[in-house]
Amino acid sequence: MKRTGAQIIWESLQREDVEVVFGYPGGAILPAYDAMLDYPIHHVLTRHEQGATHMADGYARASGKVGVAMATSGPGATNMVTGIATAMMDSSPIVCITGQVSSGLVGLDAFQETDVTGITLPITKHNYLVTRVEDIARSIREAFYIAATGRPGPVLLDITKDAQQASYEFDWEASAPRLPGYRPALRALPAEYEKAITLINSAKRPLILAGHGVLQSGAMKVLRDFVEKAQIPVAMTLLGIGCFPATHPLNLGMMGMHGEAWVNHSIQQADLLLAFGTRFDDRVTGNVKTYAPKAKKIHIEIDPSEINKVIKADVALVGDLRDVLEELSPRIAPGDHEEWIDHINEMKGDSAVRDIQNLPDTGHLYAAHVINDLWRHTEGEALICTDVGQHQMWTAQYYKHDKPFRLITSGGLGTMGFGLPSAIGAKMACPDAEVWAIAGDGGFQMTAAELTTAAQENVKVNVAVINNGYLGMVRQWQEFFYSKRYAATPMKSPDFVKLAEAHGLAGLRVTERSQVEGAIRAARETEGTVVIDFRVAKEDSVYPMVPAGADLHEMIRRPRPRIPLAKESDAPEEWEMATK
Amino acid sequence: MSLHTFAAYVEDKPGVLNRVASLFRRRAFNIESLTVGHTEQPGVSRMTIAVEADDLTARRVEAMLYKLVNVLRVDDLTARSTVERDLALIKVAVTPTNRTEVMQLADVFRARIVDVTNESVIVETTGTEDKIEGLIEVLRPFGIIEMARTGIVSMSRGAAGISPNPPLVAAEVREGAPA
Repeated sequence: MKRTGAQIIWESLQREDVEVVFGYPGGAILPAYDAMLDYPIHHVLTRHEQGATHMADGYARASGKVGVAMATSGPGATNMVTGIATAMMDSSPIVCITGQVSSGLVGLDAFQETDVTGITLPITKHNYLVTRVEDIARSIREAFYIAATGRPGPVLLDITKDAQQASYEFDWEASAPRLPGYRPALRALPAEYEKAITLINSAKRPLILAGHGVLQSGAMKVLRDFVEKAQIPVAMTLLGIGCFPATHPLNLGMMGMHGEAWVNHSIQQADLLLAFGTRFDDRVTGNVKTYAPKAKKIHIEIDPSEINKVIKADVALVGDLRDVLEELSPRIAPGDHEEWIDHINEMKGDSAVRDIQNLPDTGHLYAAHVINDLWRHTEGEALICTDVGQHQMWTAQYYKHDKPFRLITSGGLGTMGFGLPSAIGAKMACPDAEVWAIAGDGGFQMTAAELTTAAQENVKVNVAVINNGYLGMVRQWQEFFYSKRYAATPMKSPDFVKLAEAHGLAGLRVTERSQVEGAIRAARETEGTVVIDFRVAKEDSVYPMVPAGADLHEMIRRPRPRIPLAKESDAPEEWEMATK
Repeated sequence: MSLHTFAAYVEDKPGVLNRVASLFRRRAFNIESLTVGHTEQPGVSRMTIAVEADDLTARRVEAMLYKLVNVLRVDDLTARSTVERDLALIKVAVTPTNRTEVMQLADVFRARIVDVTNESVIVETTGTEDKIEGLIEVLRPFGIIEMARTGIVSMSRGAAGISPNPPLVAAEVREGAPA
């Protein structure tokens, strides 16, 4: 049956099981928007195209499906760039569809023309400039296939207006992907498995580094089987959080720049590192020259270009992590690393001083209090979407996840403004989940306009603004490394309660710890999105901290706090350790 | 660091050269030479890419090339026995008195004279980079007016064609994310 290119877009999206598209209309994408009204796909009008890409990203990460964002040519498409780069760095499967000026105008600097495929070339897994109606269906099919398979990632389709307007016989069956050069699935040779098994069976101080790949390949259960059989403790990357239950005795917590001290020490002391679906980002390795000096490394990774990129692997098992672990797990010997695990647990005791939950309640409000209370009151069950900065690290440290896919955060790109829109997208993917966006006062203001999107869509997310009046993480770096010269970090914010009210939403303000529980309860019981303005201590820092480029074991630890204690004798003894 | 030569078969589609060039720029790999041309298969082009890199980086270059959806096959020819050729057109300034000398020199290098005027000759030569560099050196004193070179094309010796690399086998594709 003959269809216009615009109709073919929606016919194709329907066949890819797309239920919701996040977008913003404009001239070059108008034919597609006009055709949209005849299809049952729900469109969410965002307030900025960046918001649309983050929503699609949040939707994808919460559901495991491909998220879809749509925008017009030129500024519409360039506004998507941040969201596409975010998805690229975190391997999130999204498909972005942008309108392009008619093919006859391409290259003539037409109104709202931008070379979007050129701009997004290094930040997409693949992209298409579609100028002919007969290519639309196949390109969309290929885009979804590429986005979702192998190491996932964003794919952009730039479709000219004349291709949307022209008509063509729509035949989905005949539009199967033709991708002779695309190899999403590779497997290592059997000899590599033998080497890995020998290393695992002979290790005395092994450690698993579990990354995003565990979640993306759905390897949670096989990881657990592997861990329990081999008795190897697990450290997680930021994006790996949730891939292994936080309460499991072999889960050590997060590694890296703001990871747990005992985890970083364990990495430096290990004799075998098993990197599962992780790429040794500089935020987890610190100085690569001194990283895990005693350890052999087994790198299991779906993307061969990650092997030996940062850390040289002694054994590399390329492949889908779940497949590899399913092959590996039955073949390893049951392990016993009691001595090593006891040693780690001893270090754990020493490091507990950074846990400011131990502080006596003096009425001061700390971000860690807020996030810890949020964790307790939501029983660790909420789906948390964070922005980027101090609150993000505190969330990683204090909101413990036993279940997978409950933490959505911009790890690789560190995109401020990600929190609220990704939460809206996540909520649309999981309407029954309790969704919280946790953001700083800085990042929240970058995409706060999406509150209106939440209101218009009647989406309930709760927004916890960790408001310290600074761009906190930058301020922390200025405090540590730039002699407290606070250049451009003190920040005035609007009244967030009134801002929420202006959007027709409820707003609450919390200034003391005693109010935290009530506010969280009120937010959970209120219909519709609620913004809570948590006025937290202004100059608190995230500890421990490995300075950028420093050795992983060289952490800055929490100094003895300046806040008044109820009684000096209330100070935990471990504080002495902390000041060393 | 040493010179690595890759042969890459790519889909002959708009923008593919840009994707490859952009990859090298973005990952800060040093291209010495990049040539592209048609192959025996319609719709498939062959690139010969020479990169200054250490061995680990060369492996990454190969893996990164494979990651491009339009790249069909990549072969690292560095350690293989290969035939390598570069073509140069060199326009040399001559006078009636030294023209014969230039032509004799060209003859020694088995180069050909493809254009002659009273003031100039164009010398055409193919061969390895070393041979062409040698010819250029002896022609330079006469005055080189203009020069164009194609860059290296390279092919492994023997009956075998380009081989799929790296040593990995295709597995079943798992589509979509976990439940």
